[in-house]
Amino acid sequence: MDSRRSLRTVIDPKVRQVGFFAPPDRTNSDQTEPISASSSSSPLVTQISPSGNSLSPVMIPPPRHSSDSRPVPFVPNPPSPLRRESIAAGSSYNPSDFFPPTMSPTAPSSFAGRVGVGYGVEYSDDIVASSPGLAVRGSSVKASAASSLPSGGFDLRALRASSVPASELTTVSTVVKLPPGIADKAGGASGGVQNDRPANSKPAKEKSTKAERRALQEAQRAAKAAAKAEGSKLPAPATSAVNVKPAKATKAASSQKNDSISVAASEKKAGDRLPDKDRKKDVPQPRMQYDDKSRVEKAKRRAMVNQTEATNRVELFRHLPQYEHGTQLPDLESKFFQLGPVHPTVYKVGLQYLSGDISGGNARCIAMLQAFQEAIKDYSTPPEKSLSRDLTTKISSYVSFLIECRPLSISMGNAIRFIKSRIAKLPLTLSESEAKALLQSDIGRFISEKIILADKVIVKHAVTKIRDGDFLLTYGSSSAVEMILLHAHELGRQFQVVVVDSRPKLEGQLLLRRLVEKGLKCTYTHINAVSYIMHEVTRVFLGASSVLSNGTVYSRVGTACVAMVAHAFRVPVLVCCEAYKFHERVQLDSICSNELGDPDAISKVPGREETNCLDDCAKSEKSTKGEKLQYLNLMYDATPSDYISMIITDYGMVPPTSVPVIVREYRREHLWI
Amino acid sequence: MWWRSASFILDKQHQDDAASSSKPETLSLSPPPHSSSMAAEVFQNPNSNPKISAYYQTRAAHHAVVTSDWLAQAQAAVGRYPEDQGPPEADGPTGSEPGKPFSVIDEFNNWRKQPDLAEAVAAIRALAAVIRASEATTMMELEIELKKASDSLKSSDTTSISLTAGCDLFMRYVTRTSALEYEEFNSAKSRLIERAEKFGEISYKARRIIAMLSQDFIFDGCTILVHGFSRVVFEVLKTAAQSKKLFRVFCTEGRPDRTGLRLSNELAKLDVPVKLLIDSAVAYTMDEVDMVFVGADGVVESGGIINMMGTYQIALVAHSMNKPVYVAAESYKFARLYPLDQKDMAPALRPIDFGVPIPSKVEVERSARDYTPPQYLTLLFTDLGVLTPSVVSDELIQLYL
Repeated sequence: MDSRRSLRTVIDPKVRQVGFFAPPDRTNSDQTEPISASSSSSPLVTQISPSGNSLSPVMIPPPRHSSDSRPVPFVPNPPSPLRRESIAAGSSYNPSDFFPPTMSPTAPSSFAGRVGVGYGVEYSDDIVASSPGLAVRGSSVKASAASSLPSGGFDLRALRASSVPASELTTVSTVVKLPPGIADKAGGASGGVQNDRPANSKPAKEKSTKAERRALQEAQRAAKAAAKAEGSKLPAPATSAVNVKPAKATKAASSQKNDSISVAASEKKAGDRLPDKDRKKDVPQPRMQYDDKSRVEKAKRRAMVNQTEATNRVELFRHLPQYEHGTQLPDLESKFFQLGPVHPTVYKVGLQYLSGDISGGNARCIAMLQAFQEAIKDYSTPPEKSLSRDLTTKISSYVSFLIECRPLSISMGNAIRFIKSRIAKLPLTLSESEAKALLQSDIGRFISEKIILADKVIVKHAVTKIRDGDFLLTYGSSSAVEMILLHAHELGRQFQVVVVDSRPKLEGQLLLRRLVEKGLKCTYTHINAVSYIMHEVTRVFLGASSVLSNGTVYSRVGTACVAMVAHAFRVPVLVCCEAYKFHERVQLDSICSNELGDPDAISKVPGREETNCLDDCAKSEKSTKGEKLQYLNLMYDATPSDYISMIITDYGMVPPTSVPVIVREYRREHLWI
Repeated sequence: MWWRSASFILDKQHQDDAASSSKPETLSLSPPPHSSSMAAEVFQNPNSNPKISAYYQTRAAHHAVVTSDWLAQAQAAVGRYPEDQGPPEADGPTGSEPGKPFSVIDEFNNWRKQPDLAEAVAAIRALAAVIRASEATTMMELEIELKKASDSLKSSDTTSISLTAGCDLFMRYVTRTSALEYEEFNSAKSRLIERAEKFGEISYKARRIIAMLSQDFIFDGCTILVHGFSRVVFEVLKTAAQSKKLFRVFCTEGRPDRTGLRLSNELAKLDVPVKLLIDSAVAYTMDEVDMVFVGADGVVESGGIINMMGTYQIALVAHSMNKPVYVAAESYKFARLYPLDQKDMAPALRPIDFGVPIPSKVEVERSARDYTPPQYLTLLFTDLGVLTPSVVSDELIQLYL
């Protein structure tokens, strides 16, 4: 995918060409070529280069002709029937024309099965690039693919009966088997075809080998697990056979030239030690699971904040951190003037997180970034150390301090990634003061462009969706939504607002107060009444803590409920979220990643201690039988994309299905990696 | 939504009062005041209403089967297409006549009158004429001039989505082409003009590509329901008929301009079995239908389409009976719009002939188009390939951002 995008920038119009843009010079011949209108067989389609330029139609295999148009009798491989079609068609294309757009229509589907599909894509790429004028070559590729496939198919069937992990393993390894042979063929074919071809192929290949390594490791791990789990005879030989085969293939391939493949092969031989080390590099660190006793102990020893863990926890959410609230703050405050490893401004921000003085995604993120700015200003590189390395560890230690105060939000994670990448990319020639100034200005730019300016753009877009006579509903307190409502009011639109709120935080009251001050006509209700009020509502505006790449909106708990009710009443739901909060993760529920709030907040009503009727129940139970009553105070929930009509971001109004597109297109540009 | 609720009747009255006192002439966007303020005003004398959509008038003039007195009425309503002006010659630049100041809108209207020329292509030809007539000496000046022209063109007919999209595309090309920056001004200018001239052919070509792509979806013995007259859909059906596929077509009548009659005529000439339905017989015949084929006036960012009135209805019926709905649309109809519901777009109105006089107290819904949300569409056939609705936004983001 990388090579694709970078290649496109070389072509002269920088934009993606929809419709009628012909690249200036090359297509003259294309243009004049007459279109034969008489026959309609699908090969003809491939001859017309669509719109006379670098665009290619996605070939969908005709359901009935599939057997006669392609005589090669291979067993269809689950991840890539469609890909193969494009290989067959690809041979008639001019490679540079074919290259860029093939991917885009299928790309969104690639996250469905990352390893498998991603793989098919890479490898078809290589073939397409190498195929021009080499029909013989192309067929040999096909033959090799075909020959290697049936065994894979067989294994698959044989193993599916045995156990689930084993069958996973085989699907992985059948895919693994393909690339080495094909990739080297592509490499061999590339010789005199095109000038920029080596440059293109290289990144793709590197990437594929990385993925391949991972796949191999997965395979090994699964094999081990399977072998351990079942003592039975059948699966073990089969898996070993599968594992050996790719090794052979890679060995043969490595003789060609490709060192990265030979790395894979040697890794194969090295066995179990190497992958572990490698995996640490490749796979992002998994989130800490707080039900893992030993790791929690380890983390505790490192911790600065003295947290006492809550004793009474809900079984399903044990993997999330939960502490007794209210104990740490005085302790930390007393340490404020001691000389600690944490910079005072960061310390202050941490305390503010802890006490809840700063809340809300944007506010927290801005506070953190400004604290880092301050810390960088006061930073000086210790002797014998390099700035880029030492500062990174410093920032990491600050971040872990902040995490102890309150778990990071996804937007903060993105901002931290941004800072770290900026530090890592600092030119070595800069002096320390210059580097610090550069970093500070970068952070300032991030705040102003990605957060403040983005909000303005969102407001501009969203206001177009507010009409006179509208009845808008919002939930909780989102800064973006507030700005939208106020701006629309300033423009003189006549509309009403329903602020829906929920216990225990009652954030909506603050929003309500501010709106009423500005003279908006408001209604205030609790979430219990949302189904009652919804039939009068014309639009629902919601904020978000993060938007994940399957379109799921991760937001204040209760949002999903509001969105669902709105969907049931056919009221459009608009989510306002800055693009820096987008994340490529996919999450299906709100259980595996969430934040737990103070559990007592649910049962207590502030200012009215006597209403704590549940308290004695909980207390008495605890003393006699232990934990029969547990409070669960979740902070966030995940709203499925089905309930969302539109996401308004700084890149405009997009459907929730386009979130991965934005994540893919803009990550590189803004150096978030 | 809210006008259903009793508690808002008072508010609504209040609003109506406010609206009528402050701005009696303009139509408010929300539906109830919209219709109530319009009811008295329009129907008997459509001439007074400025909001008649020029786009749909053009379509009607090109594809409709209409009675002559209706046509006369429509032309009187628009007042922009007198018969005597005659179509311009098909090829070559139709620059402004000497002496008369150049106007991009006139130019566009000239091009637009050609029945076979797509709206977006007409827009781009008009913009090319702007370049030709321009006396700018730098690229920047030219750009500013073009921007002005395209803005005025867009505002001249806000109901035409492909006009807007065509202008945007061309502007996009001019402003974002890095190669133009390094070139000498005159050659860059001529290159722009040359490009603009090619668009016409490319739009024809796009239709051919779509026809080819869709052949795999038309199988022998199938029954296809089409709605209205769409050049692309006609091309698809023609190609299928020419390649000896056996299928039959159900045409809706396509009231009020009855474009479906035209399509059934054309198909009968190709010896395709055609059955004509009135628009309300769609659900009745849907169980015989294998697939629905519609064109589009515009494809919006959500992946939904904006098309002639009745498309949404057909898509809903097809969806509830699990029939696939295919949309054939050239990629230059992709527009950066995102309607949330039917009333979210500026209304495109057109006169409707009921054959009998309508009492002035009776309101008439005169909108010419509706919005079909993406969940009711199966696939879009475009010159970029066969797309699912969600890919449209992908393409648009890559194009415009």
